[in-house]
Amino acid sequence: MDSGRHDDFAIETRGLNLWYGDFQALYDVDLAVKRGIIASMIGPSGCGKTTLLRTCNRIIERLGYVRTTGSVNILGHNIFGDDVELVQVRKQIGMVFQRPNPLPISIRENVLFGFRLHEARLRKVTAAEEDEVLESALQQVLLWDTVKDRLDKPATGLSLEEQQKLCIARLLPVKPEVLLMDEPCSALDPAGTEAVEELIWRLRGDYTILIVTHNMAQARRASEECVFMLLGKIIEHGRTEELFLSPKHSKTADYIEGRYG
Amino acid sequence: MAWYVDRAARILVFIGGISAIVFIVGIFVFVTKEGLDFVIGPLNLGEFFTSIAWRPTSNNPTYGALALIVGTASVTGFAMLLSVPLSLGAALFIAEFATGKTRETLKILVEMLAAIPSVVWGFVGMSIMNPLIIQIFDVPVGLTVLNAGLILGLMAAPIMTTIAEDALKAVPDTYREAAEALGATRWEVIVKVVIPASKNGLLAAVLLGVGRGFGETMAVLMASGHAINLPTSPFDSVRALTATIAAELGDTVQGGNHYGSLFALGILLFVVTFVINLTADIVVRGIRKK
Repeated sequence: MDSGRHDDFAIETRGLNLWYGDFQALYDVDLAVKRGIIASMIGPSGCGKTTLLRTCNRIIERLGYVRTTGSVNILGHNIFGDDVELVQVRKQIGMVFQRPNPLPISIRENVLFGFRLHEARLRKVTAAEEDEVLESALQQVLLWDTVKDRLDKPATGLSLEEQQKLCIARLLPVKPEVLLMDEPCSALDPAGTEAVEELIWRLRGDYTILIVTHNMAQARRASEECVFMLLGKIIEHGRTEELFLSPKHSKTADYIEGRYG
Repeated sequence: MAWYVDRAARILVFIGGISAIVFIVGIFVFVTKEGLDFVIGPLNLGEFFTSIAWRPTSNNPTYGALALIVGTASVTGFAMLLSVPLSLGAALFIAEFATGKTRETLKILVEMLAAIPSVVWGFVGMSIMNPLIIQIFDVPVGLTVLNAGLILGLMAAPIMTTIAEDALKAVPDTYREAAEALGATRWEVIVKVVIPASKNGLLAAVLLGVGRGFGETMAVLMASGHAINLPTSPFDSVRALTATIAAELGDTVQGGNHYGSLFALGILLFVVTFVINLTADIVVRGIRKK
């Protein structure tokens, strides 16, 4: 019974506390995100949304002065477990950052970067297979037609919107099950935002997506569930339309109506 | 009042800025002027580049600089074999692995190493390395390519480390983060992302080290044995271009053939360093354009 319940959730945190040095950024966070949905996290700056997101693939530990207690289960496995390999955690969980961050290599190499890392550990990959993976990933993010003639050009030459799509494309060949997105549209213009949001919708179902956003309209448009955070705590978590139409908590209502934030 | 200060400061900064150009042109003009008469006059260029007979004070003087060129090249080459891996490794450790106090201490130590006067290095070569080499390798002389190369390698390493570390630090952290989030290990991040992204700066560091090797005089003079000789092994003594100029210039008559021949060596050194720097610049630009 217990394991069956775990299986329903792609991301499940239990009593998660996190400190940056002496500063506590997350308080007792219990979050459960069902498989295959898009969940958005909203809240004012500094409320811990990005921290929580970055804890889910343990990229937060790069800082070196971070301490956590509690557990984070991804697909039923505690990522803080002793037997866990960080490389495998990162393989299952893809991440899209606030500013598009393609690597300073060609478009082709960017898309194949993660694929080569993980597949080359196991076996020999043929060039034909790479071409197939490359095309399929770029097709999925609707970038193939734009870039197919300049695959060997540097990825940094693309527009920000294209770069962000590329950053999503390079996750797909690794076959992650969870995608973490940290304000993926905040560096983009309205047209770019729309295009990337549309793309995120297309990925729904195949991946569980947890997306941090500053933009409430985006949360409303682009997610099925919504999490409202304040000062390191989860205040409310529910279906997006319910949270926006009839928030249970007065602080949620205040935030949604723009009284602070 | 403030306007005058502003104007004066601007002029001062401008003078500082162009002084580098003025000095480099000035040196080039001076060296060329002093050496050119000899180079286009009595000097036989074929002999200069192919003969090892450097006998400027003989009754029948010959000016073959081949042994000196090979001497400088072999010592510098040996030094680079040692210092390139050493300093790139040190730079990687300081930039990518060390944190906090370790990092700061290492940086200070490396900078202090760079400040050791070259005559002290030469002294180390003469009185510590020399007997050590004789003892360990059972050879008659310890003032050799090996000795000078080791000393020069250690001398060039700090500056190369500093420049290489700057280059590594200049790689945006977002690249490392992106690669780590894709599942790259620390080492994979360094090999596949950080080094490729900083290769221009790393190349500049190496070339600066080569330049340092070519130009170093005192330590090489003291540690190389200063014998005109085409080396066939690291245990042979050699003589460097720079050391020749330093050792002989005081004994020459200004404007004479010997004097001119030393300036010819100077022109050669100048041209070589200029070409190295220019190549580095072109390579770096080429990579950037691509």
